[in-house]
Amino acid sequence: MPGFEPWSAERGGAIIAAHKGQEGATLPILHALQDAFGHVPRAAIPLIAEALNLSRAEVHGVVSFYHDFRDAAPGAHVLKLCRAEACQAMGADALSDAAREQLSIDWGETTPDGSVTLEPVFCLGLCACAPAAMLDGKVFGGLDRARLDGLLKRVGQR
Amino acid sequence: MKPRLFVSRDAGALALGADEVERAIIAAERRRGLDIEIVRTGSRGLFWLEPMIEIATAEGRIAYGPVQAGDVEALFDAGLLDGGAHPLRLGRPEDIPFLKRQTRLTFARCGIVDRLSLDDYRAHGGYRGLERAIALGPAAIIEEIVTSGLRGRGGAGFPTGIKWRTTAQAEAPQKYIVCNADEGDSGTFADRMIMEGDPFVLIEGMTIAGIAAGATKGYVYIRSEYPHAIEILGRAIAIAQRAGCLGARVLASPYAFDLEIRVGAGAYVCGEETALLESLEGKRGMVRAKPPLPAHKGLFGRPTVVNNVISLASVPVILAEGAAAYRDLGLGRSRGTMPIQLAGNLRHRGLFEAAFGLTLGELVDDIGGGTATLRPVRAVQVGGPLGAYFPRALFDTQFDYEAFAAKNGLIGHGGVVVFDDTVDMARQARFAMEFCAIESCGKCTPCRIGSTRGVEVIDRVIAGDRRPETLALLTELCETMRLGSLCALGGFVPYPVISALTHFPEDFGIRRGAAAA
Ligand SMILES: Cc1cc2nc3c(=O)[nH]c(=O)nc-3n(C[C@H](O)[C@H](O)[C@H](O)COP(=O)(O)O)c2cc1C
Ligand code: SF4
Repeated sequence: MPGFEPWSAERGGAIIAAHKGQEGATLPILHALQDAFGHVPRAAIPLIAEALNLSRAEVHGVVSFYHDFRDAAPGAHVLKLCRAEACQAMGADALSDAAREQLSIDWGETTPDGSVTLEPVFCLGLCACAPAAMLDGKVFGGLDRARLDGLLKRVGQR
Repeated sequence: MKPRLFVSRDAGALALGADEVERAIIAAERRRGLDIEIVRTGSRGLFWLEPMIEIATAEGRIAYGPVQAGDVEALFDAGLLDGGAHPLRLGRPEDIPFLKRQTRLTFARCGIVDRLSLDDYRAHGGYRGLERAIALGPAAIIEEIVTSGLRGRGGAGFPTGIKWRTTAQAEAPQKYIVCNADEGDSGTFADRMIMEGDPFVLIEGMTIAGIAAGATKGYVYIRSEYPHAIEILGRAIAIAQRAGCLGARVLASPYAFDLEIRVGAGAYVCGEETALLESLEGKRGMVRAKPPLPAHKGLFGRPTVVNNVISLASVPVILAEGAAAYRDLGLGRSRGTMPIQLAGNLRHRGLFEAAFGLTLGELVDDIGGGTATLRPVRAVQVGGPLGAYFPRALFDTQFDYEAFAAKNGLIGHGGVVVFDDTVDMARQARFAMEFCAIESCGKCTPCRIGSTRGVEVIDRVIAGDRRPETLALLTELCETMRLGSLCALGGFVPYPVISALTHFPEDFGIRRGAAAA
């Protein structure tokens, strides 16, 4: 898991400048910022607004519309569990409950030790390998309690 | 010649351990002093057999699966490289009934070719469609697509050729082809599989669309949940650009066409074509009112063709083999083949491309082999989160746009999600409303507020408040959403809710036969 950089206006500005020339640059910029910093820092919003000639409110409106963009850096690991129907059909609800209980956190939260953030995802396209999950960008299918425990062990829980 | 070993690198295979298998193969190769050519493919789509590997032999390819890293040494000991006997040996993949029964046109190469080799692509019929398209010219290409009967595979089923003609007739200095790779429906993965397993077919299809509509620029809008597809398609685009298959003179013709990938950000509604265009423009993914149609005023106000991945990936084979060959398959107004995705609680889960017309029962019981949990099948949701739940009583419904519509359902993008008898249909109805509340773009009140109210009302039903008034309220709310929503998110969410209530009333605490229709 690559750690994220701390926010720096200089780095943020360089990322924005690198992407601002393309058509419809907002999402590419937001993705690039989140890749670097793990979230879209509040301080980046006026910089994006200025670069794209938009109001801050407009930029904020875009950031808040999309589920992907975080307003705070995640834990060292990000575990996404699929909550959609094909995974439900294979017992995903019970797995989600178990994960939340074991980590003692709810969706979107990070464990107090900062080791893992738990996020819901509505479909990873792994519906023929359900239940499915993504841990730090790596995909896992055919989950059961034992495999989920394995994933939680990897992120230092249990 | 070196032994050629084919290893599936589809995300589904990776999720089941394909990376570890590949590493074990490489380790075994070193240890045994062998020299093997490993060919990285997409998936054949038989996911209960993934990770699957195949060895080229004199009798054709021999498959083994599902292989785990710990099996690899034993496979080598058993003579894997000569197709030797082993409990995981599956024989020739083409002889496995699940594959044998398919008609693979769009997915003809997926799982077979080296997904990033243009030579392999061409050796398996690739770019014959584009060559013919260049010879035909725009008007004749559009005629071919109209004649083929191809309808949009993204869900709405609009005739693809008509859409292209409308854009072709619009005058503008710049037009666009936008590929909808947002594939948000649970139970669907055909777009993902083709982008990871045969990316050049999508590039070729979009290029043909560009020539037909007079568009020189294309965007592929891929959901962020698909990092593997983003990577593979991105590499394929770069390869196509270097080889002159994209660029100022496509295949040395006078036509220009180029492509770029854009990544979504986790909003289901951005699969709706106008919300997708807003998102591509860098805005919130709010649905636009129609008219104007995207074909007249689409991306940045320019005429734009928006098509699903599978619609576009089906174009090359139609051009290569001729429209008639495609049109002659299927039934009624559903022509050609549909890549059906069998998912959820099934023994044989995967991609099943077949001519329209199979019954739901054949798909679930016969081809899918019943549930993975070995319990009775109780409900099947077809067409994603906005699709209806069908009981066994409707298993004679044929897979066809109109036949499903006649039963108050939809085929959507072709996802089939199977549930066993442990499912609680009131919970499924609640989830449909909850999902709509989470994903609503917020433009219309019935969808934005109605979905939240819907969750509350279903909660009351689940809690035991099963008075006729509560259920009548739910039915009325669904009717308001159906009629008062701008797009199919709010407009179709009544399908799963009402179908659950109609077909499974007992889960809502109603005696069978007493349900509100
Ligand atoms: C809420 C909603 C989500 C949609 N999601 C998708 C999607 O993920 N992929 C897709 O191709 N079409 C999706 N559609 C349908 C598109 O609006 C549009 O009909 C389609 O992209 C047109 O392409 P086609 O004619 O090739 O099917 C969605 C529609 C709605 C209302
Ligand atoms: S129905 Fe829902 S998602 Fe569709 S436009 Fe209205 S508010 Fe947006």
